[in-house]
Amino acid sequence: MKNIEFRTATSAQGGLIVMGGVPGVSAGSRVSLKDHAGNLRNGLVIRSADDAVLVEVFEGTDDLDLERTWVRFLDEPFKLPVSRDILGRVFNGAGLPRDGRPPIISADRRDVNGEPLNPAARAYPREFIQTGISAIDGMNSLTRGQKLPIFSGGGLPHNRVAAQIVRQAKLLGEESSEFVVVFAAFGASHADARFFQESFEESGVLNKVVMFLNLADEPVIERLLTPRAALTAAEYLAYDLDYHVLVVMTDMTAYAEALREVAVLRGDVPARKGYPGYLYSDLAEIYERAGRIKNRRGSITMIPVLSMPSDDITHPIPDLTGYITEGQIVLGRELSNQGVYPPVTVLPSLSRLMKDGIGKNFTREDHPHVASQLFASYAKALEIRGLAAIIGAEELSDADRRYLEFAENFERRFIGQGEDEDRSVYETLNLAWDLLSMLPPEALIRVSEEELAKYHKWQAVAEAA
Amino acid sequence: MGKILEINGPLVKLQLADAVLGEQVRVGKIGLVGEVIGRDGDTALAQLYEDTAGLRPGEVAEGLGWPLSVELGPGLLNAIFDGVQRPLNAVWEQSGDRIARGVAVPSLPRDQRWHFVPDPQRRATTAVAGGDVLGTVQETESIQHRILVPPLLHGELMELAPEGDYTIEEVIGRVKLRGDVNEGRIEKLHLFHRWPVRTPRPFRRRDHAVKPLLTGQRILDTFYPLLKGGKAAIPGPFGAGKTMLQQQIARWCNAEIVIYVGCGERGNELTDVLEFMPELKDPHTGRPLMERTLLVANTSNMPVVAREASIYVGVTLAEYFRDQGYDVVMVADSTSRWAEALREVAGRLGQMPVEEGYPAYLGSRLAAFYERAGRVETLSGDHGSVTLIGAVSPPGGDFSEPVTSHTKEIIQTFWGLSKELADARHYPAVDWLESFSGYVPSAAKWWAENVDAGWEAARGEALDLLAASEELQRIVNLVGVEALSSEQRWTLEAAGLIKEGLLQQSATDEIDSFSSPEKQFALLSALLEIYRQGMKLVKLGAPARRLIQMPLLAQARRWKSQHKSEEIAVLKEKIARIPAEFEQIAQDYEQAAPAARE
Repeated sequence: MKNIEFRTATSAQGGLIVMGGVPGVSAGSRVSLKDHAGNLRNGLVIRSADDAVLVEVFEGTDDLDLERTWVRFLDEPFKLPVSRDILGRVFNGAGLPRDGRPPIISADRRDVNGEPLNPAARAYPREFIQTGISAIDGMNSLTRGQKLPIFSGGGLPHNRVAAQIVRQAKLLGEESSEFVVVFAAFGASHADARFFQESFEESGVLNKVVMFLNLADEPVIERLLTPRAALTAAEYLAYDLDYHVLVVMTDMTAYAEALREVAVLRGDVPARKGYPGYLYSDLAEIYERAGRIKNRRGSITMIPVLSMPSDDITHPIPDLTGYITEGQIVLGRELSNQGVYPPVTVLPSLSRLMKDGIGKNFTREDHPHVASQLFASYAKALEIRGLAAIIGAEELSDADRRYLEFAENFERRFIGQGEDEDRSVYETLNLAWDLLSMLPPEALIRVSEEELAKYHKWQAVAEAA
Repeated sequence: MGKILEINGPLVKLQLADAVLGEQVRVGKIGLVGEVIGRDGDTALAQLYEDTAGLRPGEVAEGLGWPLSVELGPGLLNAIFDGVQRPLNAVWEQSGDRIARGVAVPSLPRDQRWHFVPDPQRRATTAVAGGDVLGTVQETESIQHRILVPPLLHGELMELAPEGDYTIEEVIGRVKLRGDVNEGRIEKLHLFHRWPVRTPRPFRRRDHAVKPLLTGQRILDTFYPLLKGGKAAIPGPFGAGKTMLQQQIARWCNAEIVIYVGCGERGNELTDVLEFMPELKDPHTGRPLMERTLLVANTSNMPVVAREASIYVGVTLAEYFRDQGYDVVMVADSTSRWAEALREVAGRLGQMPVEEGYPAYLGSRLAAFYERAGRVETLSGDHGSVTLIGAVSPPGGDFSEPVTSHTKEIIQTFWGLSKELADARHYPAVDWLESFSGYVPSAAKWWAENVDAGWEAARGEALDLLAASEELQRIVNLVGVEALSSEQRWTLEAAGLIKEGLLQQSATDEIDSFSSPEKQFALLSALLEIYRQGMKLVKLGAPARRLIQMPLLAQARRWKSQHKSEEIAVLKEKIARIPAEFEQIAQDYEQAAPAARE
């Protein structure tokens, strides 16, 4: 069947074609399609019956002349050839080289859809990754094998934050990063792609990076394949070659929009905002490929970047993502406008795996309590700031004014840091105590009395004032 | 034998003339299993539990003759199953890290021998009926597995095996059936039997639920109690701490069996449960928690149709242990993913969507599921219960969406989680204004008999205080705290004390993680005592500003994590000293007051 060309397309519409009279085509099979000009396009069987086969064409159906379209059913799912040589290479969304170098030749070709990982085979992520960013390490820490997305919005510096994490991420006690990076961009602009490429070049890690690029002006349907191809490469690097892999994907919103576009063409019943009901399952298939496996050395840590349409965290894409990923780092416009970099809005940010990767034996014994106290104190400070905006700061009590000052310093000194500033987790924790020392000890009930005695410098601060 | 006509995602159209609705089918060369959900002439529509890639029209399909069923017998506890009861550890051994399609592993181990002790009452030629206990197997140290006659059998026991070690497939008895159709037929009995998951298991009658399900979580037990045999929902946006709260319940509750269904949730969360549960001890028996726990895991990346089935698999397992006379809790995380699986399949079937794409039967399916909770008199005259706790993941945290709103009408206890509380890291983020419990009167009886007669009044007082403070907070947000009277400020402060000293509870703090009912009540009375004493002074004219600076307030906030549940005596001493702390200030004011009047 692989070698037979069918010319039985009966209809075509926005990326989908229907083939008549091709019996016994396997579901999910890859399709190779030759148009009247002799150009090859890729496709996928999404529905198969003896009398009609529905094919999704990645490059779109523009310009197709049905009478002069030849279709071959390759009888296998989309596969990515993998070998050690993929490091340092740049591919398109379907896994073909776009760096002008020859394609990867390998007998080892992997189905890009993968198979679900047995939950019994997973190992729980516990190793703290130091990103050098206080807002993350101190309050929303990342662990090896975690999936922690960056929720952002148009115009916010999510790319710079992601690049900084890639540059600085390392395990505690390590001199430099031992991660290899799989970078996937779908629907990203050429400028974004170039930014990452240059950033990898500058930090000299380019030979440890694999890139999969499907840019904004490239075929939309190919976007559905891009993260899957990238994760197939990541799984190969992690579980076959024992690397610790950091996967950065941008932008998940573009991915979900591509999915919606195709769903509408297929005639799927829309659920929320026109997105298909299976958006959750589909996103989970991607995100859940992060993790660690028992008895394997490598790991996949995932940092997807996602722009929230009109900064709305309840939009289906960030919403469903938040239900699947193990937390989220939320970037905020307000902080960004005040010139704070990285503009991490800490209150809605969260790391679900933090509790198991910090504290005694991991970072420092006071870390969990300090993080909890920072959250509580900052939340209270913001409440007071809201009040001050209404009744005026001069109406506040002394205690309340202290909170205002705390918030101010917390945002500028703790959250804010340089793009090249790589703070150790100890520096971060000491800085946290400096800030907490602006508040009286009795206002700090999330930390223990012993910790207060050891780290809190209220007296010193009060005297200095 | 039939054949495949069409493949569309997880749905497959088959030519299978004698298919029965609900029947299991095996499809294609690799043998994917699924369930018939529609018939039209001699074509049948089936949903498959696994990914259909690679199937082609023309491949074989056969009906298996039975509906989706689970195996019920020794070997269930301590296990982790997928959504169609495949044992994931055995699957791992057979197919490696990833779940290969078409892998077929029996649910219960076939080669393991169990020590069966027959019930001496059961002798040959006595009558037996469905649900009767034939004997027992000590499955784990803490749980005795009672071997039941399959529910629909009744007749005369011809023989019963003597005490000894048997595999689950060995015959342990024979019954000569009575009844119209099967009169006289001999049925073999085994240590296990099968039951279709979509049919509730029968019982003699429903009982009143009377005892609270104690979770050790103060906001739940003290403020919004749940009864054994009750139904509860935990809705909350992502990051509000649903999973954490459910794990706390699974860990600490006083049920005998806990079934945890991870339906469309994160893989790592299950790993967390799998890794930390064996290390934990059951606070009630001192044995490892895993011995009373059973996991059903269909993570979000596993096929969607099996996700829909997983909830039913879980609840059938729960009913089976209930029928043995146990109190069972089933935690379903999350029912929203189950509803979405329903929606996904409905969408592919082209059914008319009603609200947000959900099919019209969403409400009735949900209600029917929750009705499988309850405390019952079992067929053998024993008492057992199934408590259902369903997590709900409302999109955007909006409680008015279909799954949450339907669930709210069905359940009796509602533990609503709030994003604002979670953002301030106030855990458990159960919103005290949004939550409710219809079981308070029944629970009050238990508390009065077992802990303190003042429970209901104290609970009411604390809730009033919280509600009042919410009002005051609104005023403060408009005009600032200075605009409040001293009484109002003290009310606000006391509510803060209750929130931080009682409602907030740390799951990771060794001492705070679990509170016995006695400790809960002691803390509640202590904080209310502080409130009352302070209010007395404020009414005498003491400014609230002075009271708020009392070190006692900061100390009282720490009591919860300083004293274990066993150390109630220490806590009670502290309560006894509260009046003295206020006495000092009272004296100042009683002296100052006449002077000020002059």
